[in-house]
Amino acid sequence: MSFFDLKGIVRPLIGLSQFGKNPHTKRLDVLGKDTADRYRGFHYNDLEACIGCGNCSTICMNGAIDMVELAAEFNISQAKGNSGLRPRVDYGRCCWCALCVDVCPTGSLNLTKEYNYVSPDPNTFLWTPGVDNPYGKDQLSFVSTKETSLMTFDRVPMRELDGTERVKSFAEVVLGYNEEEARAEASRCISCGLCTEVCPDHMHIPEYINAIARGNDQDALRIIYDNNPLPEMCGKVCTRRCEDVCAIAVRGEAVAIRWLKRYATEQAQTADLIQEIVNPEIKEANGYKVGIIGAGPSGLTAAYYLALRGFDVTVFEAKQFAGGMTMYGIPKYRLPMDSLNKQVSYLQKIGVKIKFNTRVGKEISFDEIYKNHDAVFIGIGFEKPWKLGIPGEDLENAIPAVEYLRMINDGESYDVGKKVVVIGGGNVAIDGARVAARHDADVTILYRRRVEDMPADWEEIEGAEDEHVHIHPQAIPIRIIADKSGKKVKAIEYLEAEMIAEEGGRPRPVPIEGSETIMEVDTVIGAIGQEADYSFLTEEYADKIEVNRGRIVTNAQQQTSDAKVFAGGDAVNKTADAISAIADGFRAVKSIEAFLMKK
Amino acid sequence: MREKSTTLYLGPQHPGITGNMMVKLQLEGDTIVKATTHVGYLHRAFEKLIERRNWMQTTTILCRFCVPEPDPPEAAFALAVEQIEGREVPERGKYLRSLVLELARLQSFMLWYAGQSGSTGLYTVGQWSVGDRNYVLDLFEELTGGRIYHMYIWPGGVRRDIPEGFEDKVLRTMDYIEKRIDDYDRMMFDSAIFQKRAQGVGIITKEKAMEWGVVGAPLRGCGIGHDVRKDNPYDAYDKLDFEMGIFEGGDVWARARVRQFEIRQTISMIRQLIQNLPSGDYLNKMPNPMKWTIPAGSAYGKVESVRGEFGFHVVSDGSDKPRRVHARGPAYVHGVSLLEDVLIGQNLADVSFIMNSLGVCPPEIER
Repeated sequence: MSFFDLKGIVRPLIGLSQFGKNPHTKRLDVLGKDTADRYRGFHYNDLEACIGCGNCSTICMNGAIDMVELAAEFNISQAKGNSGLRPRVDYGRCCWCALCVDVCPTGSLNLTKEYNYVSPDPNTFLWTPGVDNPYGKDQLSFVSTKETSLMTFDRVPMRELDGTERVKSFAEVVLGYNEEEARAEASRCISCGLCTEVCPDHMHIPEYINAIARGNDQDALRIIYDNNPLPEMCGKVCTRRCEDVCAIAVRGEAVAIRWLKRYATEQAQTADLIQEIVNPEIKEANGYKVGIIGAGPSGLTAAYYLALRGFDVTVFEAKQFAGGMTMYGIPKYRLPMDSLNKQVSYLQKIGVKIKFNTRVGKEISFDEIYKNHDAVFIGIGFEKPWKLGIPGEDLENAIPAVEYLRMINDGESYDVGKKVVVIGGGNVAIDGARVAARHDADVTILYRRRVEDMPADWEEIEGAEDEHVHIHPQAIPIRIIADKSGKKVKAIEYLEAEMIAEEGGRPRPVPIEGSETIMEVDTVIGAIGQEADYSFLTEEYADKIEVNRGRIVTNAQQQTSDAKVFAGGDAVNKTADAISAIADGFRAVKSIEAFLMKK
Repeated sequence: MREKSTTLYLGPQHPGITGNMMVKLQLEGDTIVKATTHVGYLHRAFEKLIERRNWMQTTTILCRFCVPEPDPPEAAFALAVEQIEGREVPERGKYLRSLVLELARLQSFMLWYAGQSGSTGLYTVGQWSVGDRNYVLDLFEELTGGRIYHMYIWPGGVRRDIPEGFEDKVLRTMDYIEKRIDDYDRMMFDSAIFQKRAQGVGIITKEKAMEWGVVGAPLRGCGIGHDVRKDNPYDAYDKLDFEMGIFEGGDVWARARVRQFEIRQTISMIRQLIQNLPSGDYLNKMPNPMKWTIPAGSAYGKVESVRGEFGFHVVSDGSDKPRRVHARGPAYVHGVSLLEDVLIGQNLADVSFIMNSLGVCPPEIER
């Protein structure tokens, strides 16, 4: 080759072929350029759909996303399960990797096609998506779908006894997770902590789930015992409001928080083992005596944490076993007796003294407890059933559900016959129905409103249906009909109801005239609510301790109008579940300590 | 007359330097007697950053190891993690990965055309190839949502499936680019000036190449056939029909011929990938990124980048963050030790010309 190689000079003249042609790239700003349908441009956040879980902020590897409280003018909901915070992006740090989109559990945070922004104000690099670009919702491009999301929306299924199998006995229906299942389920959690906010007891849910996910089951148990002394009970029967607000539940199935707690607690099969794992620090005795009335969840909680803090605690329990409603009201196929007794005997090991078969007002007077202790905690619960208020409810074989459940749990027998009607839609009604189903009865539940209005746990309702319990919604019982002898139940008459929309409230059932139906039954079980029995309070104390509409009035620290008396559980709060009772007990511990130590 | 000795600092801001680094040149007249490389101008400590990020977050740092070709680091990391974790990649995922890697290779070649010709003053080719490269970037935008940083290859597969009509767009773009490459070649390879500048310049001998651990086009330009895609096929490469470009000479010309040959191989591979794209899943999804842990262990994942073999040695201690990630890229060898040696005796005007032929990416040196 030489410099005068003709080919080497002529062939590059191909360049002239482009002479006069338009450039084939467009200038972005001036001509505008459509971006691809998947372009990763500025963020847009649907402020309504966002729940402020902060997962976007956690995953951001540049630390570009802060969760900020927005002014009220943006109408950000701060309802339960919504932190009220929204992401704000620092575009000086953002690298548009869109991991925030792929981990957004609700799918509210997406990227848009917008990529060009000019402002004379140098401070506008801080963007609150959705607020600064409300028009962004029409420009969505890189979006979060369930398919592309990195969240796992499906729960690890819980193994259960088959419906036809389980009605044959009181064997526990739920079988619990094994280790592999628990790890997989725990790893779905994003640790946003919305559950902790809504848990009445503010349990450290993300922390113990994290411990389970990492394989530290013992740590999980220690974390759980930090503010719940009956966790195995909660792990089996908690009303789990935490799962209602789970961030994953917005588009999928909530993390099985309850079953994970159950898994963590079931590793300790004896009270000794619980003590060995939890190994709590017990403070030296401080000389104060606290009397606790009722060994239900609230009483036991107060007792445990007071005992750990060095108080001399005595619990007075009317019945043979501790646990209150969780012992006598919850059927054994949900909460086996051994499980509860194991947890109670651990509390006794720590130093909680329980006097069984000691009904206050009968075996011991309230006055005696009041005078012999520096503080008193009342956790008597609701054990007196409400009357149905219809003719015939005093007949034989018309029985309140709590009474029926107590008898069965106590080992007594009660013949419900072949056909049973349960009235009510709460957990107690479902319990009554499922227990009756285990005695070979054909069970129908009559409920005033629709199935979706039932306050019972949806899993319980499903469980009942699996066991062939028939639910008849929108049925209002009007009377129970006696047989010829006039003593026993023969039938029940009810009216069908229609739901009438009520302004500002939930729809109201209104009986349909002429829809009277008579159903032949052997037993009617009423489960429309309970109340407390305050007969143990003598006049002197009844004056001092304020009771309003059946509930003891307390301040936020569980202190009653008598400074020395504290109260908690169903007798105080309206939520009437075990975890609220535990929360009451836990709060009372702090205020009893503050009250006594200040003296 | 005695030639005057001069010290010249080339870079860190210089269009002839492929990125932000500096070469301190000791000159006798315009002949280089000593070259010392200085790096550190864009040190971000990627390897250290990775140790403080969880596995998922790490996947979005990797692309920064080399801006013009961001996908091989993603793929190498994914391969290493998959080895430790035992995570299977669905067949479609493998094909899409190879597709992205080859598209990245293609656009990187086109950028190289610009660099290599531009450093001889032949700017027209660069304007063409960089302009046409935008069509490849458009494909990336369609597929991954980003033009430069794709963040697309994940352990277990790829991030998103291809959008509707994508295959057709790829094939049409390939047809266009293939036609255009002929023009580039007439302009560049046929040019007497380019030939004169490239032949016999920046020679690496076979022995030296083996000694230094040279990889990629510079190695194949010494007549030594080594390509990770052939020797240790990963993703879908074992199912593709392609050849290595092996040319003798070890000079800039030979390296350019390797690339000239391989850009056509790449286009053929992209066509094969699109035509044989299997159906099915594209990702074997990892668990929730906040709880994703990798079993304790270590693995080396390597891929063939346009500059040569690129690998990550990933060490996991079983936690949610990598214990250590070490990058082994070609740029360190090519851009520091080899460059300092090859430049000696060369002409000052050939410095950036040689650098462009070696494939140097400073961020990768300063990982």
